[in-house]
Amino acid sequence: MATIEDRAPAGAVNDDIGEEKRLALYRTQVVLREAEQRAFDLFLQNLVKGTSHLSLGQEAVAAGFAVAMQPGDLSFCTYRGHAHTLARGVPVEQVLGELMQRDNGLMRGKGGSMHLTSVDHGVMGSYAIIGAHLPIACGAAWRAQYKGETDVSVCFFGDGTTNIGAFHEALNFAAVWKLPVIFVCENNLYMEYTPIGLVTAVPHPAADRAAAYGLERIVVDGNDADAVYRTATTAYEKARAGLGPSLIECMTYRHSGHSRADPAKYRPEGELERWKERDPIKIYRERLAQFGIGSDVVAAIDADVKRIVDEATVACKAAPMPPLELLTTDVYADGGFAWRN
Amino acid sequence: MAELTYRDAVARGIAQEMARDPDVVFLGEDVAAAGGVFKTTVGLLEQFGPLRVRDTPISEQAILGAAMGAAMTGLKPIAEIMFSDFFAVCFDYIANEFPKSRYMSNGQLKCPLVVRTGNGAGSRFGAQHSQSVENWCMMIPGLKVVAPSNPRDVIGLLAAAVRDPDPVIFFEHKSLYATKGEVPDGEIVDKLGTAAIARPGKDATILALALMVPRALAAAERLKSQHGIDCEVVDVRSLVPLDTQTILGSVARTHRLFTVEENPRLCGWGAEIVSIVADEAFYDLDGPAVRITTPHIPLPAADILEDIALPTVDRIVDRVHKAMNS
Repeated sequence: MATIEDRAPAGAVNDDIGEEKRLALYRTQVVLREAEQRAFDLFLQNLVKGTSHLSLGQEAVAAGFAVAMQPGDLSFCTYRGHAHTLARGVPVEQVLGELMQRDNGLMRGKGGSMHLTSVDHGVMGSYAIIGAHLPIACGAAWRAQYKGETDVSVCFFGDGTTNIGAFHEALNFAAVWKLPVIFVCENNLYMEYTPIGLVTAVPHPAADRAAAYGLERIVVDGNDADAVYRTATTAYEKARAGLGPSLIECMTYRHSGHSRADPAKYRPEGELERWKERDPIKIYRERLAQFGIGSDVVAAIDADVKRIVDEATVACKAAPMPPLELLTTDVYADGGFAWRN
Repeated sequence: MAELTYRDAVARGIAQEMARDPDVVFLGEDVAAAGGVFKTTVGLLEQFGPLRVRDTPISEQAILGAAMGAAMTGLKPIAEIMFSDFFAVCFDYIANEFPKSRYMSNGQLKCPLVVRTGNGAGSRFGAQHSQSVENWCMMIPGLKVVAPSNPRDVIGLLAAAVRDPDPVIFFEHKSLYATKGEVPDGEIVDKLGTAAIARPGKDATILALALMVPRALAAAERLKSQHGIDCEVVDVRSLVPLDTQTILGSVARTHRLFTVEENPRLCGWGAEIVSIVADEAFYDLDGPAVRITTPHIPLPAADILEDIALPTVDRIVDRVHKAMNS
């Protein structure tokens, strides 16, 4: 079973991150938490249709990588992509609207929860076929390398992805071509319903494969946004310096089931409670206090985020369904779906 | 005007587009230093350098995924999948990723790329290196699908595919690589979605694609000389978009329809066209539409078996002659 190996030192005094970034890390995590919790509430009200895969408990990974990014950097997400999309600054209303498949959604209801995309924010899609987006992120990185552009492509995926062929093809390809791409494994200990350790030959499904591709073995505490931020920053610098890809395994835990259909009864008793002791937002509130950031500042962020999510919820409930004409738009680049004359 | 092989036309078409646009890049297995296993890309590495013409590992998912990521962020990649049979190991990109990204993102994402591949039988390679799989791609909304039958069309349709803003699957026929044809000098740019009347005729319409075009033409000559049946041969060229107007126009003149398809029978491209004609031009027909196809079998390796699996000139002549006299 995987363990957390590299915890950030509690109460670190060397403030290399700084107050502005810390507040961004905190605020981002709270946005993700509130929006995901609201998505779950809306699902219980039967207002979120289809499926949804929440990142409750995994907020520090998305926040750490997103806050460390430069504006032009590109995110490639999985079907568990709400958090990574929101972390790039996509408005909550557009994300909730898409989950509710309304006309105000990010893709006006054409993609749904599993395919959140906002090119304007650098979110180059959320991919629901396991492993598909690792090679795609390689291609975006190849474009940057070819054109001499400095953006980095970051590809997020779960522990289960490490056992599919595209993972291994992409790692080898990126290493051989020295691409500016970062592969981020969110190891939440479960491949859907099955403990990842039961179906994987090595204890750390991503990091223990790094050596096969000539890459450094990196495991980070994925519930500590500072640790994630620092690891991400190092990987971005490496990529921008032309030194090739990184593979980073973030140890974390999802508080909810795999998808909305899953009550997660397969988890051993007490496991969820133990991980909630290490809730990333709880950890980060303590961190802010250690660095002398007042509880009034924290409370103001909490209230502001709650207001934003509440307003987004009201707007989404009032938003119309997409117009029927959207059924046949954007199949081809001419905007339509004509396949014959 | 010069005589060129279908094989050399591939390299000329790629070179034409790479010289025109620095965003056109090319990747695949053994395509650079080796010049391609079918020698279709000889000289491109020397002409355009290793940053634009890149050898890849045997990783078909990485090849197509990388092409897609490059395409969605500003390049115009040409990716080679050595044998079209290998589409089965990277079909996620062909079926789920390329064709759906624009739709799912409500038009935010684009995917302007070309996948070139060696398609078709005749090389005695057996069931996993000989298939005609154009129908696998034809059925997927969001893709465009072309299959040239001659060197001039290779260049012109490849140029059109590279310049097209949608993902295009470009089927080269392995058994046509050594064939020759007259090709004009200078830039050649054709149009996707256009069929060509390869031979005019008044008694029957024969639709064919790729390797089946020269066979249909040879059959038409024999049907004329031996049986007095004057066949019009339409080179379909582009399955998506499909030039139904040219096809319906031909059927309206000849009143008979035959398809000659290398793909195995079930769900072959001809079935879709026959259904269109049945739906829209039923009363133009003087007799049943007839599909001449490879049977519903995997392809054998032995030459005497492979030769009778595909529609032959003899079989085309026989089926058309019998149908026209029944």
